[in-house]
Amino acid sequence: MIDFLNSIIVLLNFIIIPGISYGSQLALGALGVTFVYAILRFANFAHGEIMSFGAMITILFTWFFQSQNIGLGILPTALLALPIGIIATIILCIISDKFVFQYYRYQKSVPVVLAMVSIGVMFVINAIIRIIIGTETIKFSDGQKFIMKAKKFKVMTGLNEGLALKSSQVITIFITILLLTFTFWFLQKTKTGKSMRAFSDNEDLALLSGINPDRVVFTTWIIVGVLACVAGTLYGLDKSYKPIIYLNLVLPIFASAIVGGIGSPFGAVVGGYVIAFSEIMVTYAYKKFFVYLLPSSIEPTGLVQLLSTDYKFAVSFSILVIVLLIRPSGIFKGKVL
Amino acid sequence: MNNLIGKNLTAGYGGVDIIKDINLEVNEGEIVVIVGPNGAGKSTAMKALLGMLSLTSGSVEYSNKEISSMLPQNRINLGLAFVPQTNNVFTGMTVEENLEMGGFLREDDIIHTINDVYDLFPILKKKRNQSAGELSGGQRQQVAFGRALMTQPKILMLDEPTAGVSPIVMDELFSRIIEVRKTGVGILMVEQNAKQALGIADRGYVLVNGKNSREGSGEELLNNPEVRKSFLGG
Repeated sequence: MIDFLNSIIVLLNFIIIPGISYGSQLALGALGVTFVYAILRFANFAHGEIMSFGAMITILFTWFFQSQNIGLGILPTALLALPIGIIATIILCIISDKFVFQYYRYQKSVPVVLAMVSIGVMFVINAIIRIIIGTETIKFSDGQKFIMKAKKFKVMTGLNEGLALKSSQVITIFITILLLTFTFWFLQKTKTGKSMRAFSDNEDLALLSGINPDRVVFTTWIIVGVLACVAGTLYGLDKSYKPIIYLNLVLPIFASAIVGGIGSPFGAVVGGYVIAFSEIMVTYAYKKFFVYLLPSSIEPTGLVQLLSTDYKFAVSFSILVIVLLIRPSGIFKGKVL
Repeated sequence: MNNLIGKNLTAGYGGVDIIKDINLEVNEGEIVVIVGPNGAGKSTAMKALLGMLSLTSGSVEYSNKEISSMLPQNRINLGLAFVPQTNNVFTGMTVEENLEMGGFLREDDIIHTINDVYDLFPILKKKRNQSAGELSGGQRQQVAFGRALMTQPKILMLDEPTAGVSPIVMDELFSRIIEVRKTGVGILMVEQNAKQALGIADRGYVLVNGKNSREGSGEELLNNPEVRKSFLGG
């Protein structure tokens, strides 16, 4: 019985909790990609860099607040800087739309052209970030790091295995729930949200109903800015901030959006968790888990790891390929908000 | 009285004029039907009136005001409404949301108009929370019709409202169109089912090869032997 509990704790500690928090970050990222895809109808490869930019601004203001000795006590100072990061990210989105994407939209360019354009935007934002904050790894979480420490848990329960719960994980999950609830409420219940769904559903008919496309696009960028900045900051808070990471994150984020059914916000969220759990489950070494569960005679000798963690991204890529082969429309049929 | 007049309309796609020098007029409270063989430019003429394609020459007037250069969205604001032949509902949204989107521009309470639409099409009230994409062809046309009515238009343009629906549903749609006319709305429609459409029309236009070929009251056209022979199947 104790062994069974221990094995459950191992799973919780190394797979479930990290999976939920990483999944939440992917879900928020994928939701942003989905919004751009459903309304502006192109794959925005710059999304990772937009997330990175938001996190960077948040870090800069976190440093500023720290230098002024303004903090939130046990909560990370970054939460205080987050609203400023969000505003800056929204401005970045709107500027990139006004100066770049809008031109191609008015030209009625095909989606693939806009996707290529977004790669250009990605490089520019990436360069700006490197100039401002450099390429070093930055840890900016402060306040109380753990809600539950592994050691304390062991003492409390008397189990061999510890359960660690980082405050960044709890904050991630909490903010994700809040943001997802708000986003879905906005889409389903408000007039502006419904007009966005209508625009995504049938652009010509939306125009015939008097829905202003510029307003819809503007609102979309605001939502994308919020989602991207929050996703970027939470990821940086949970792991650490490093500009190159966000370039790599684009793959699992796109995989999430496509697996869930690109264009469907609910699908993007589900896709985020699917990708996160697959990545973690395929690359986790299960030795400990089996040692607790199996009798010592058939205990595994190896690590029982399917793939090394270096292949993390290969996992999301494989899932992407499998889904595109078996169910190209994604888990939930996509296309519209 | 509100009316929509197209004067000497010449327009087309990609530099090729499909309609040439066409004159059309629809007044408040009347049903006007455009008939003609396939490819005669019936739908094109209607789209030109709405501004969905630019005119090579000619002009569009609404209530004695020149609106030729106005964007379609702004013409909707003036009191025109249009139901396209295909893709005319928001398939992912519920029936009620479709109607709400129809009334998007209105500042006042749209619930009364929604109820009016439900009175006109009782089936929609039953299906109000179902997504429009799940409805049958005839019900979809009713949603499309209802969505256009939400703007409380003065002139309503219908592009083949009965395309692809059964004869029973067609009769029902036509009787609804007559009911809408009673409220003072002017209706301009393009119809394949020329016989039935001319039967309820106050006036009709016959277009052939992108040109006005004939016009007159619905009855006149129905009884005209030449028109009968060419489009009404004898």
